[in-house]
Amino acid sequence: MLTDLTIHELAARFRRGDATPTQAAREYLDRIAALDSKVKAYLTVTGEAALARAAEADARFKSGTPRGPLDGVPLGLKDVFCTRGVRTTCGSKILEGFVPPYDATVVARLVRAGAVILGKLNMDEFAMGSSTENSAYFTTRNPWDLSRVPGGSSGGSAAAVAADLAAATLGTDTGGSIRQPAAFCGNVGLKPTYGRVSRFGLIAFASSLDQVGPFAKDVLDAALMLQAVAGHDPMDSTSAAIPVPDYAAELDGGVRGLRVGIPAEYFIEGLDAEVEAAVRAAVETLEGLGAKTESVSLPHTEYGLAAYYLIAPAECSSNLARYDGVKYGLRVPGARDLIDMYSRTRGAGFGTEVKRRVMLGTYALSAGYYDAYYGKAQKVRTLVQRDFQKAFERVDVIVAPTTPSVAFKMGERADPLSMYLNDVFTIPVNLAGLPGLSVPAGFTKSGLPIGLQVIGKAFDEATLLRTAKAYEAATRWHERKPGLAE
Amino acid sequence: MAEPKITMKEVDHVARLARLALSDAEKERMRRELDGILSYIDKLRALDTEGVPPTSHAVPMTNVMREDEPAPSLPQADMLANAPDRSGEFFRVPRIIEE
Repeated sequence: MLTDLTIHELAARFRRGDATPTQAAREYLDRIAALDSKVKAYLTVTGEAALARAAEADARFKSGTPRGPLDGVPLGLKDVFCTRGVRTTCGSKILEGFVPPYDATVVARLVRAGAVILGKLNMDEFAMGSSTENSAYFTTRNPWDLSRVPGGSSGGSAAAVAADLAAATLGTDTGGSIRQPAAFCGNVGLKPTYGRVSRFGLIAFASSLDQVGPFAKDVLDAALMLQAVAGHDPMDSTSAAIPVPDYAAELDGGVRGLRVGIPAEYFIEGLDAEVEAAVRAAVETLEGLGAKTESVSLPHTEYGLAAYYLIAPAECSSNLARYDGVKYGLRVPGARDLIDMYSRTRGAGFGTEVKRRVMLGTYALSAGYYDAYYGKAQKVRTLVQRDFQKAFERVDVIVAPTTPSVAFKMGERADPLSMYLNDVFTIPVNLAGLPGLSVPAGFTKSGLPIGLQVIGKAFDEATLLRTAKAYEAATRWHERKPGLAE
Repeated sequence: MAEPKITMKEVDHVARLARLALSDAEKERMRRELDGILSYIDKLRALDTEGVPPTSHAVPMTNVMREDEPAPSLPQADMLANAPDRSGEFFRVPRIIEE
């Protein structure tokens, strides 16, 4: 089956003429038709457009002019990216029926690389959540256990890759929304450095934290996906004009002599025993491959979460002011006046978690509370950044658990704070703007995936990928597939 | 019992600032949940941040400039296509000025 294959395996078949992009697109669309009623990863499937793009790719291979490693490869997109002519909901009722007039830069880059877009993937509303339970449409299931969540907010993107419903996908990560679902679903998820990838056309949640990145079946695929989307974009002033290295070329350097930091603050009470055992075993594996490990300290880790839940809601309360029932999306009729129309539209269009964060952010920014909350959080953010700067004076990468637990059951985390605590190990990386990656690191006795987080220096995704590749080659956890089909 | 971190009056005020129509049940739930979250966030108070500069952005950058060159914009019709209500080339909204 072509749907089993990684991007690089698929590309090799296309080049040899053993398979065509149309065959691959058809197999994926058939598999989506057969299995997605169980997994519920897709909000929108763009079958017709996918087959049209695949036919164009067929012609390029036939004439010996393929565009590169993604040409003809079937991919999925989190529904947070604007796609020209394809409805984009961001998991929210307030954007129901919204059809963007332009493509996000990352989408345009994938399309230019020849990729075949299969559709748009489910997510927590406006990327606020850790389970997809905040989607206004439905909850995506974890392919390893359909009674459990896939993680979030990019849960559809992670589940689609795990269930072979796309060769790879794009998601976004504001506080862990790529790495946490990648850990829960057993795939490779990469949050690049803030500024590495353009956010033009990405529906904004928290602009100082949001970053775009891939979910992939293995580390090489993640490198190929990052390569396709990374780099400066004049349309996003926060994208960095820093050269993008050839990630695939640097992948196989190994970890001999690499200095790996282990942060004591990530092995705390509340860390699941099986997760801890898997991460400690991974550290030993890296040592066996020649890495030099040492303990590092990130003393402000426990304050990161509290700071994040002021900064992110504050930014979201400002960003989401644009949903006013005027330019696009929902408008509730029968309003007394303009303000009443705004309030009723927003009251009806936003879900509970979005309202909660808009309220929290507005409160934290309001007169009398600004210094005590938002101002304080920004100072704590500086302390979290300094922790990492200090650690990276001594080590090249940091490895830690991605999440304190494995995938939880649907409905288990009804209290918002217990849901937030799930992001405790991923949030500090966003606050510091650093790159972070989750790579499969084993399974619990009950068969649920465990993620190993690798954190790197700013713009040093190459070392993250190299570390993860060496570990992957030594363990091969990524080859295990969920037993979904019948 | 500890002093609540946020009162119903404040919930009303913040909802008005945020232009969010909330039902009474939503307001009560919001008050309770925000109270829990703010109590957790209170742990920041224990941290001495005297003299620490605030960070608003992960990457230090200000005022990114470019040449002011004319370039095509999206067509007006495309930008109006998603509007819930419009009149000619305008977005239409409920009346804001009394006759």
